[in-house]
Amino acid sequence: MFATRSDSPTVPARDSSSESWVKLRRLLGNWQGMTGLVLVILFFASALFAPVFATHDPNALDIPARLSGPSLAHFAGTDQLGRDTYSRVLYGGRVALQVAAIGISVSLAFGLLLGMLAGYGPRWLDNALLLFFDVIRSFPTIVMALAAVALLGPSLNLILAIVIVTTIPGYARLVRTSTMALKNTEFILAERALGAGFGRILWRHITPNVIGPMFILAAMDVPVVVTVEAGLSFLGLGVLPPTASWGSILNEGYLLIRETPWPIIAGGIPLVLTTLGFTFLGEALRDIFDPRLGKGR
Amino acid sequence: MWSYFCKRLGLSVVIVLCALLALFLLLHLIPGDPVKIALGTRATPEAIARYAEKMHVHEPIYYQFWIYFTQVLSGDLGADVFSNRSVTTIVLEALPSTLILAAVSLFWAALIGIPLGCLSAVRPNSWFDRLTGVLSVATIAIPSFLVSIWSLLVFAVMLKWLPVIGAGDPGDFWDQVSHLILPAFAVGLGWVGYLARMVRASMLEVMNENYIRAARAFGLRERTIVFRYALKVAILPTITLIGIGFSGLLSGTVFAEIIFTRPGVGKLIYDMVMNRNFPVVQGAVLVTTAVYVLITLCADLVVAWLDPRVRDSL
Repeated sequence: MFATRSDSPTVPARDSSSESWVKLRRLLGNWQGMTGLVLVILFFASALFAPVFATHDPNALDIPARLSGPSLAHFAGTDQLGRDTYSRVLYGGRVALQVAAIGISVSLAFGLLLGMLAGYGPRWLDNALLLFFDVIRSFPTIVMALAAVALLGPSLNLILAIVIVTTIPGYARLVRTSTMALKNTEFILAERALGAGFGRILWRHITPNVIGPMFILAAMDVPVVVTVEAGLSFLGLGVLPPTASWGSILNEGYLLIRETPWPIIAGGIPLVLTTLGFTFLGEALRDIFDPRLGKGR
Repeated sequence: MWSYFCKRLGLSVVIVLCALLALFLLLHLIPGDPVKIALGTRATPEAIARYAEKMHVHEPIYYQFWIYFTQVLSGDLGADVFSNRSVTTIVLEALPSTLILAAVSLFWAALIGIPLGCLSAVRPNSWFDRLTGVLSVATIAIPSFLVSIWSLLVFAVMLKWLPVIGAGDPGDFWDQVSHLILPAFAVGLGWVGYLARMVRASMLEVMNENYIRAARAFGLRERTIVFRYALKVAILPTITLIGIGFSGLLSGTVFAEIIFTRPGVGKLIYDMVMNRNFPVVQGAVLVTTAVYVLITLCADLVVAWLDPRVRDSL
């Protein structure tokens, strides 16, 4: 857990700031965690400051310079329309960041709500929600996504919807388990005896206790989400042209695989670095803050 | 065991029914004429009339669902919009290729991943264990479709060691094998890491058990202890993992089939999405979900049979 709760009578008050410091230093001392952190910061910075780092307009055509290799003018070469691949990769990171940030925050919110309902609510609701989670988890995601795209047509919103629906059960199950463990602890019972309402107990006492592990899980879900976006865009079922996404850059490169290897290399490297970065960081955080989280996923 | 079996079977049926309902509702909840959406703009008037009659589109929606449900139960998944071939036949033709790819991928991954996990667990924190750990994380984190594209680039296009596309000449076994290598490599790579980690974790747990200490006290050889006694128990969670993770494997085969233009269910669904041939998509997705649910069910039942503790958990 990220911090100790001073409002919990069962947990003696500890100096939580120095404890966090120790954990932060353990994270920075661990080479996996450190590498992860650097890669994650790189991902955020390159996406947020894409206009600053980009050397060209990502959609500007330059037909005479098409399919060129890396050079000083074009760091990662150009595609079949002469667009600068390096700049497109930077802007593609923004799509990945957007999907990851929006998708995971919405999913976290729903997961928190549904998980607490399942854990704290009546037995029938718990069973119904568990069945619902099992059903979602049992669908082959990509295959269902393809069916949805077949009817609704490709769009970023559809990708977001797919990402949200498929990641909710993970958070909800985690919250449910913690809520069930907490709901009969003395401090919650005491709070109830003092007349605290349903909402207050869930929001003030249960939420702070489950939010830490949820963020670790979220960090570990980023690679999955980014991969789904890139994968669907690669299939031409995600973002629409001319928007640059790592997936669409890979798709264009795939069609030109015999002419030039550069778009495939340039489009794939940021994807690998991002997934590796979040996985390393997520695992390091988990090992330091909550080693039990690894199981039952 | 019996009650676990019934519950687990019930859950599987519910899941397939949900898939059925989702595929049906998807078509009817979108604004517009369901027939036009399902068949796309290029369908002939005859195809539209045939579809409208078969699906009873002028009846109430619950009746339409009932019709669809009974047709699926009797094995009739509808007909291809353009060729009017039976979707059941089309899907069943594509299925073996996908299952072979999935099975071969999983097989080579298990062949490498399980021993790696075992050896890491025998000497925890050795350089071998650390190296395996890092490699596992890396193979899990790298998206499998990227492995497909990069291996296609390196081994087929640049080095020209292996064929680029297709599944090979149907009569020529070795040609088919050479066409299987790259897709199976790409699909299975992530699984090497998964299996290695899973086996390592459960081996570490098992190696501390009393019966292993007893075996040591009897002076059995370390190799016998590890492979005959510990692995036998440690492999159980791995079987569930393989069952549950089959979804990931299916997604992997979808991409591998598309990238290597290899015939299979994934390629079929993708092509039909692109051609706006919804009846085939609907049928193929349903069959894929059913196959997936069936495999997960089998894995869970095997584990429940082997491990009595699991039976009480559902």
